[in-house]
Amino acid sequence: MSARWNRRRFGAMLVKETLQILRDPSTFLIAFVLPVVLIFLYGFGVNLDTARTRIALSVQDDGGAAQSLAGAFQHSRWFEVVTTGDLAAMQRDMVAGRVRGIVVIPADFSQHIARGSGGDIQVITDGSSPNTASFVGAYAQGVQSAWAAAYQFDRGRHVVPAIAIDQRFWFNPELASRFFLVPGAIAIVMTMIGTLLTALVIAREWERGTMEAIMATPISMSEFMATKVIPYFVLGLGSMTLCAMLAVFVFGVPFRGSPLALLAISSAFLVPALGQGLFISAATKNQFVASQIALLTAFLPGMMLSGFLFEISSMPRWIRTVTYLVPARYLIPPLQTVFVAGDDWSLFLPDMAAMLGFGLVFFALAVRATRRRIA
Amino acid sequence: MIAPVARAEGLTKRFAKSGVLALDGVDLAVVPGQMTGLVGPDGAGKTTLIRMLAGLVEPDAGTIEVFGAPAAAADRAQIGYMPQRFGLYEDLTVIENLTLYAELRGLAASERAASFARLLDFTDLQRFQNRRAGQLSGGMKQKLGLACAMVREPRLLLLDEPGVGVDPVSRRELWAMVRTLAGDGVGVLWSTAYLDEAEKCDTVFLLNEGRMLHGGAPGDLLGRVKDRVVRVAVPSADRRQILERVLGHDAVMDGTVQGDALRLLLSTPAAILSPTDFGLPAIVVEPTEPRFEDAFIDMLGGGAKGGSPLARAYRRVPPNDAPAISAAGLTKVFGDFTAARDIGFSVPRGQIFGLLGPNGAGKSTTFKMLCGLLTPSAGTGSVAGFDLRNAKAEARQSLGYMAQKVSLYGDLSVQQNLDFFAGIYGLQGPARREATARVTEIFGLQRYLGVNSGTLPLGYKQRLALACAVMHEPPVLFLDEPTSGVDPIVRREFWSHINGLVEKGVTVLVTTHFMEEAEYCDRIALIYRAEQIATGTPDELKSQAGTPDGSMEDAFIALIEAADRGREAA
Amino acid sequence: MNTAGFGRILAMIVKELWAVLRDPRARITLIAPPLLQLILFSAAATLEVKNITVGVYNRDGGAASAEFINQLAGSPDVQRLIPLHSAQDVSAAIDDQRVIAVVEFDEGFSRAVAARHTATVQAIFDGRRSNAAQIVSSYFERIAAATGAALRPAARPAGEVIITNWFNPNLDYLWFIMPSLVVTISSLSALSVTVQSVARERELGTFDQLMVSPLRLHEILIGKMTPPLLIGLFNGTLYLIVIPLIYGVPMTGAVGSFYFALIFCQLAIIGIGMFVSALSQTQQQGFLGMFLVTVPMTLLSGFASPVANMPWWLQIVAQANPQMHFMIISEGLFLKAMPFADVLANTWPLIVIAAVTLTAATLQFRSRVE
Repeated sequence: MSARWNRRRFGAMLVKETLQILRDPSTFLIAFVLPVVLIFLYGFGVNLDTARTRIALSVQDDGGAAQSLAGAFQHSRWFEVVTTGDLAAMQRDMVAGRVRGIVVIPADFSQHIARGSGGDIQVITDGSSPNTASFVGAYAQGVQSAWAAAYQFDRGRHVVPAIAIDQRFWFNPELASRFFLVPGAIAIVMTMIGTLLTALVIAREWERGTMEAIMATPISMSEFMATKVIPYFVLGLGSMTLCAMLAVFVFGVPFRGSPLALLAISSAFLVPALGQGLFISAATKNQFVASQIALLTAFLPGMMLSGFLFEISSMPRWIRTVTYLVPARYLIPPLQTVFVAGDDWSLFLPDMAAMLGFGLVFFALAVRATRRRIA
Repeated sequence: MIAPVARAEGLTKRFAKSGVLALDGVDLAVVPGQMTGLVGPDGAGKTTLIRMLAGLVEPDAGTIEVFGAPAAAADRAQIGYMPQRFGLYEDLTVIENLTLYAELRGLAASERAASFARLLDFTDLQRFQNRRAGQLSGGMKQKLGLACAMVREPRLLLLDEPGVGVDPVSRRELWAMVRTLAGDGVGVLWSTAYLDEAEKCDTVFLLNEGRMLHGGAPGDLLGRVKDRVVRVAVPSADRRQILERVLGHDAVMDGTVQGDALRLLLSTPAAILSPTDFGLPAIVVEPTEPRFEDAFIDMLGGGAKGGSPLARAYRRVPPNDAPAISAAGLTKVFGDFTAARDIGFSVPRGQIFGLLGPNGAGKSTTFKMLCGLLTPSAGTGSVAGFDLRNAKAEARQSLGYMAQKVSLYGDLSVQQNLDFFAGIYGLQGPARREATARVTEIFGLQRYLGVNSGTLPLGYKQRLALACAVMHEPPVLFLDEPTSGVDPIVRREFWSHINGLVEKGVTVLVTTHFMEEAEYCDRIALIYRAEQIATGTPDELKSQAGTPDGSMEDAFIALIEAADRGREAA
Repeated sequence: MNTAGFGRILAMIVKELWAVLRDPRARITLIAPPLLQLILFSAAATLEVKNITVGVYNRDGGAASAEFINQLAGSPDVQRLIPLHSAQDVSAAIDDQRVIAVVEFDEGFSRAVAARHTATVQAIFDGRRSNAAQIVSSYFERIAAATGAALRPAARPAGEVIITNWFNPNLDYLWFIMPSLVVTISSLSALSVTVQSVARERELGTFDQLMVSPLRLHEILIGKMTPPLLIGLFNGTLYLIVIPLIYGVPMTGAVGSFYFALIFCQLAIIGIGMFVSALSQTQQQGFLGMFLVTVPMTLLSGFASPVANMPWWLQIVAQANPQMHFMIISEGLFLKAMPFADVLANTWPLIVIAAVTLTAATLQFRSRVE
């Protein structure tokens, strides 16, 4: 084995690796088709912004106030009233999932309003979808209080609330969830390419017996690993760029940071991702096992514990501790920031340092596990 | 004496998992300018030894030196290594694979054009330069693998079973390539399970269960079987029966069919055989040249004896005048490529029919059409009287099938494999228990019943595969390269079963690359470039080839060369 | 079906079951992902926003703002308040994600309250985490109302909205997660077993062996589909027991209805898996194919976000997703004691999907035999 870095060997392996990427349909599928599918699904499908929720409205009072409030619900931008009338039928609709809430305006409602005392209404939500249920409750309160203020104002009874809140949502005034979902999807895609694909390709060399032939040549293991890392690094950045373009030009996600920052953040993340992939494949030497382990140790944690879908701060303490071991956790905040907020190096640098730190550990493990030995 | 390029002394290696010694105190030397053969049955430790020479496996004890340095530190640029699976990148083209290995081995740019031209010319891959390695036939991959290993002339060339699964023509070409390309200073180590190849080497190392049984010129071994190999002419119709009978004789250690004669290995040069041992009125015992294989079998204690308990327990297949297997005008077209054209033959009950031919010539396609794996584009075929087109299920029920890769479920235990195959062939309840118990007994599988079949020694895998194929006592057996990679001892046992079954009326269709096995066939069809170029008994084919006294391999090669000349003339 | 056929199918089923249970790699796929997902989802999946850190920029210093801050600090969801002292402080705290939101009181806040005007609190949220921000904003609304009521009891507007949450009184997110997890995990395990089944035989070279045996095509298919069905049912049963016992999520519906729907959902999924498997040459392709199918299937199931929120054309696509239909049934049966008529109404699409996918798988398998 010649330990010296040899430009010709290195170049030849790099060419070979690139040709293989270009010719293998499964690489193409994972690197370009899956990202597009994911971005589209997160862009269109996974929508946490509540659209108009379907509710039932039971008005048991003919009085003017009751009718006026019912009208407020019917015209609300938050609700779509799909059934009225029979309460028993409404309950059945709720069980079947056809409506997510029932608003009941009781028989004595108008009387109470006229007397200026009480005038409560009841809102029943479908707790089986807790997120929707809490929105239904909150928006129903909103509709009711807006109606109450307007109704009393019309009657000259000008009651002002003591405290009002002037809410401003920085970076994303419309609170479009795709603003944070799409950058999150980019993290998933880079995990897939960096870890899953890399783990697969090296395991494949072992399985097909080409590793044996390569190891019998003068190539050094560091040359070998570098020629695996570089093409997938480039592929990861390419796929990231494709996703970013789609996000910005198709889904209207703003891009307020600089391309350089995006590149730096993504590169920093690809280091631990590739290191993990190298380590997995070197340790397993089997495509099937490598893919399962990559799925369990990179994809699932990247999805669940990175703060992409679920708030880390809301998790129980022990699992919050676990999240510190997930490299994707350090990617999500800078990635979201560079898209919707802009460059903020004081935020980027510590996260990038953490990712590079993980990368070092993984590469050290991979080097230990990749020995020029068959058995 | 010239200093060896590679040398090993007292090599020992134990793999933790199995606990078995893969190598046990092995000595070896590879001398430049020589072909060194490494021979032994599967699992003998050949691959481990070669990997050690390539610096890929570390010995537990002993020394291993290449170019005078420890193998792991040797200059890899000067070692050419072709692993069993060739080490080719299937999605790279021929020229890309060559270029890759040229660069990795540091071939000087100025020598590249000459080296490539020479290798492509020798391997006859010039025309396929831009074809992806994955789309090459087995024989072509082999040659490309060799070219990659030799792209920069090595001082040590390590070839791990380059001849496995390859037809005689390709094997001869490969051998000639290595001989020619490897100049005087190159030490070649050629590992093989084919003993005729070993015979041609300058030096042979015989490895068995991790121990080196012999090291030296192949001729040295022949001394021990001197005057012990004889040839006895027998009536060709009864040769298999007579062979079985004569193998029961104490003085006969091994025997094979060769044309219309039996070739026997006697226990001592003085052993006398009488006509009654053959059940014949008179015999002529002629001494004949011993071969390396005779010595090999002698060293390992002799071939299978005592007939086939499987055949004894087998039902007698009722006589029937209709052919057991017939093919007429079988043709298979894939797109614009004709894989088999107008193949026709018929096999009467109780005969062995062989399909021979080079890799990719169409014999597998023919075989697959006859067992119902491929639907013919034209023509008809029938098995046990059932037409393959409209009685597929019945045809399948009456055949037993054994494939070259030993198609067992490796993660299932031996018992589970037996139960499964009994079940899908319709054996239930007591019939199934009876059948599995019978084959367990016959093949000595008792102690392996709970073991995963994937971990069985190759010989037992072979036995289990045959057991699974015959449990339902089919009248017809389909064997697709059934003994590929198996050592001669296991092959003898296997053929003793097959011969016995044929006597019970079973009909056998077999494909093989072992030409000595072709001798067991009653009739043979030789398929080349999708055409059936010759059909007849082994002796008829030999006469047709103009080599009546030669080996089956000579006939095979002569017939194919004649077909090539015919094509060129046309 | 004659007894020989039955015997062959039985042999096939037994073999397929052993193949799954004895292969250590296949065992990994059966045990590890479901277990890990159960742990991760039960612990990590929450749409609640808890333990938040809020920045306070108080330029007022009066009693009213103190009361508001008190209420804020007393909220169970707020973990920490960070005092901020300038506008730069405010933007830095948000930019660096030290806080999810900042409340800012201007100088006249307490005076406005005292003067019976409406006093305004500025609330600034980190819109990068838009969902969390939205939920925090509803917390602030509640605190504002409570503070207002404390400071000025008479100002209460007439009438209240009394909210009752049916089926899940405390809106416990786990009650939603667990019934959904039954769907995704039983599907995933059935799918991963199915996808490997044909591809593995092809890779190991045993496929030809099957094809030359007297097994009929439908016998092979039934044999290959039964183990994943059993495994899916096993997982479903396991979760059916574990969810009420360990996670305390009630199972209010009929167990029979659950199995009725589960079987058809599994069949539909197995059809998809078999199709992918017949399409793949290697186990690797099978695995990647499964991945390509699973991700959209889960995202379009209503698990990640309500199907009703999707654009109309995607809602139509989601109709073809067996998981979406079964999700409705599972939520309904666990929490809402869904009657059989409603179960049936959501099961017939599953039956249609199963018929389509199984037919497609059979056709693909048949064409692959050649």
